[in-house]
Amino acid sequence: MPVVKSVRNIGHRVTEGIWRIGFATHFFVLVLRNSGSSFRRFRLTVKELYFTGVMSLIIILVAGLFVGVVLGLQGYEILKRYGSESALGTLVALSLLRELGPVLAALLFAGRAGSAMTAEIGLMKASEQLAAMDMMAVSPLARVVAPRFWAGVISMPILSMIFSAMGVFGGYLVGVVYIGVDEGSFWSQMQASVDFQHDVLNGVFKSFVFGVAVTVISLFEGFDAPPTAEGVSRATTRTVVQSSLVILLLDVVLTAFMFRGN
Amino acid sequence: MERTTLDLWVGAFVVAGVVALAILAFKVGNLSTYNASETYSLKASFNNIGGLKTTASVRSAGVLIGRVTEIKLNAERYEAEVTMSIDKRYQFPKDTLVSILTSGLLGEQYIGLKPGADDEMLKNGDAIKQSRSAMVLEDLIGQVVAGKAEATK
Repeated sequence: MPVVKSVRNIGHRVTEGIWRIGFATHFFVLVLRNSGSSFRRFRLTVKELYFTGVMSLIIILVAGLFVGVVLGLQGYEILKRYGSESALGTLVALSLLRELGPVLAALLFAGRAGSAMTAEIGLMKASEQLAAMDMMAVSPLARVVAPRFWAGVISMPILSMIFSAMGVFGGYLVGVVYIGVDEGSFWSQMQASVDFQHDVLNGVFKSFVFGVAVTVISLFEGFDAPPTAEGVSRATTRTVVQSSLVILLLDVVLTAFMFRGN
Repeated sequence: MERTTLDLWVGAFVVAGVVALAILAFKVGNLSTYNASETYSLKASFNNIGGLKTTASVRSAGVLIGRVTEIKLNAERYEAEVTMSIDKRYQFPKDTLVSILTSGLLGEQYIGLKPGADDEMLKNGDAIKQSRSAMVLEDLIGQVVAGKAEATK
């Protein structure tokens, strides 16, 4: 019976998905409980900060600049129709701080650092390094996973702020230097409409949530990957796809709570 | 990688983050123009506030001097009561005119204060007596249409 079979298929997928969410949550709690050593031996976390944060800097800087430049050009085109070019600064700053900064930085972070984390841990598992650690009574969660988790959580808001600042600079380059919008009104309109708590801190909070989500997904996929070449490659793909979807979904939820147009 | 180079790069990374936050707070955001501790509040009533919102700016001669903190409807007189917090450095005479203005044709609405000539100054919690309501586009169009109809009769 094909109908029964396809219904069974759906059921199987749903239960599978829920199982995985449960495993991931359990994994997350275990990481949190094992994170004492990543602060007591902070050097472990610093080393991971270098690989996740510092190494992602270049892509974040360049992408932020380009996004700001494009926002400046496109925003100017549209605002010109309504004779309000002076609001260009507001448009660039608000769209970067509220949405583009946290979301794009997190997407880039998932592709740049998240996939690397999954592949690294998956390979460590495939070459039985994690099992060897367990044999020596060194918890791989505390020694390998938790420092990477905290490094990701710390570097994500920093990267997102750098992205936004760089984007505003790009918008300034295009708007004021290239097109010639009045510099005073560019900055003063921006300052008049950007609220530190409502816009800047909300954006930082968003990127913190994204950081937690992306690192948990990457680490879990790596830790859970089948110990084969194919398994690791599939886990890496899944990390990027799932992180991107989760980032966008969380963004919808957070935006709905933060900015409901009061 | 050597320990000191690693530390240097991570340190530079964190410093860059702090600098970015400072830029976002002071250059992009309003932290430099807004200081909550040194303000006093004034009240004003309007027949119609149009699209005025809380956190809208309060300006005098075009200079930002405060923000709207609260808007509510007076249930007895059916007037809008607007509370705003003003920077302590700026004092206004008792016969100040408060009006709701629009920046540009489609811009945001804000409150404009036009000082009068009274010797006494407004104090914390005082209500401004003279007010001019927001310009509502539909009303204006209605007046123009009514005027046209009169003229063609």
